Amino acid sequence: MSAAAKIIPAFDAQAARRDFAILAKPVYGKPLAYLDSGASAQKPAIVLETMKAFAETEYANVHRGVHYLSGAATDRYEAARRTVQKFLGAAAEDEIVFTKGGTEAINLVAYSYLMPLIQLGDEIVLSVMEHHSNIVPWHFLRERQGAVLRWVDVQEDGSLDIAALDAAITPKTKLVAITHMSNVLGTLTPLAEIVKRAHAKGVPVLADGAQGAVHEIVDVQALDIDFYAITGHKLYGPTGIGALFAKRAHLKTMRPFNGGGEMIREVTRERITYADPPARFEAGTPPIIESVGLAVALDYLSGFDRAAVKAHEHDLLSYAREGVRQLNWVRVIGDAPGKGAILSFEAEGMHAHDLATILDREGVAVRAGHHCAQVLMERFGVTSTSRASFALYNTRADVDAMLSGLHKAREILV
Amino acid sequence: MDNSLRELYQEVILDHSRHPRHYGVLEAATHKAEGYNPLCGDRVTVYLVLDGQGRVADIRFEGKGCAISQASASLMTDLLAGKTAAEAEQLMEGFLHIVKGETPSALPEDARDHMDVMSGLSAFPMRVKCATLAWHTYKNAVEEGAQ
Repeated sequence: MSAAAKIIPAFDAQAARRDFAILAKPVYGKPLAYLDSGASAQKPAIVLETMKAFAETEYANVHRGVHYLSGAATDRYEAARRTVQKFLGAAAEDEIVFTKGGTEAINLVAYSYLMPLIQLGDEIVLSVMEHHSNIVPWHFLRERQGAVLRWVDVQEDGSLDIAALDAAITPKTKLVAITHMSNVLGTLTPLAEIVKRAHAKGVPVLADGAQGAVHEIVDVQALDIDFYAITGHKLYGPTGIGALFAKRAHLKTMRPFNGGGEMIREVTRERITYADPPARFEAGTPPIIESVGLAVALDYLSGFDRAAVKAHEHDLLSYAREGVRQLNWVRVIGDAPGKGAILSFEAEGMHAHDLATILDREGVAVRAGHHCAQVLMERFGVTSTSRASFALYNTRADVDAMLSGLHKAREILV
Repeated sequence: MDNSLRELYQEVILDHSRHPRHYGVLEAATHKAEGYNPLCGDRVTVYLVLDGQGRVADIRFEGKGCAISQASASLMTDLLAGKTAAEAEQLMEGFLHIVKGETPSALPEDARDHMDVMSGLSAFPMRVKCATLAWHTYKNAVEEGAQ
């Protein structure tokens, strides 16, 4: 670092921990070291309390009744949409579609946007580090309509090969679908550059922001990105809700996905007409209480200095990486420069599941397995890894617990 | 150290996982099946030579996965070698009870002694599937894996 090194603002993780009651609950009599927020984050009290209070005072179905509560609930639901809009930096609230999660958001793009455009032999570009939720919907289009999946490799350190990505975009490419942040490697992709290169060839870009939106400040307008998918439960919010940002111009051309109530304008025996986006894509009763929870969660996260949170998570990442580096029997997978706060590794002579079981008894929760990223596992020649993922409420004590658990596991297993 | 961990990863189990018995391909297999646990990626392939009466004349396995899944497969091959279909059925049923912490009925004493090393699993319900993978694969080989 030069003399102009940035001053990192302080972040009080200990204070934040008090917002998460579950973190104080021992596991097997040991203090909990929850290092699995990449799978799902814990929820702060304000999220849980607000959902309860909303359900107790303002709840009814939305966009339906003329009665008082329906109006109140509709106001909260639409206010939540504006919170998501602001969180993602979208130009307009009607560019935000509520979904049941990140997976549904990506599937919505696959069914409603891309499926009608795909001709036999058309190509979809994706990276080998995608989560299955950003692979399987595209495989559907391969299986059903003869689309071709073009895979972009990552380099040995896990960083995206941008030249390879550029080269993979051909006149037949209909979409680039790429993660913002790998759930296994922690790699952050240069979204702005990817969008620039794809747009230069007239190709739209979808980003899977399930991890990225948690750790990075997202500005979909600055990125000029076409689609950005998020999920609530990784953002300290409830399960059962996520959102898709899509440019208005795309939403206007997209055909409906689910059919049912709320997404129509008029239904007769002979024909139907559809509501305008985003309602067109929100058939049925939406996750109303969850939308309120999501909005509070986003406000909670935005209430911190995000740069300070990021610096804190990076401190944990470097501390953990340094810790495992000293163990010459642990191999880190994914070391891309500037990567996000996720650490995947393999320990010699130990299968990830045996390791995770032993860590668990030490109160340390890590994820073990293929992380829904089998293409990436194959790329690195492994069947599973152990993964520690860091959140704003983690501390160096959590990392210490993991490192000491690693030693215990080696004692038992090797 | 947590005693349940010591019990789960006792020396016999680790020995089976490090030095699996009956490991490898059985070219002459009359029956074969592949087992796969999509949750964790554990894989086991069971090869059998069943004689005319359905007795396990020969057995081998190949696999990749956690210590529990591989030890269980190895232990299973020890137990099943030479057994009749009825005996094998009884062993499997007994095993499925033991790993869940239940008391199996009508299990020969020597088999029960062998399987006892797996009884520690009952404290780890999340891992029971690792141990049962090989047995389900065996059953699958017998029922649907004729070569």
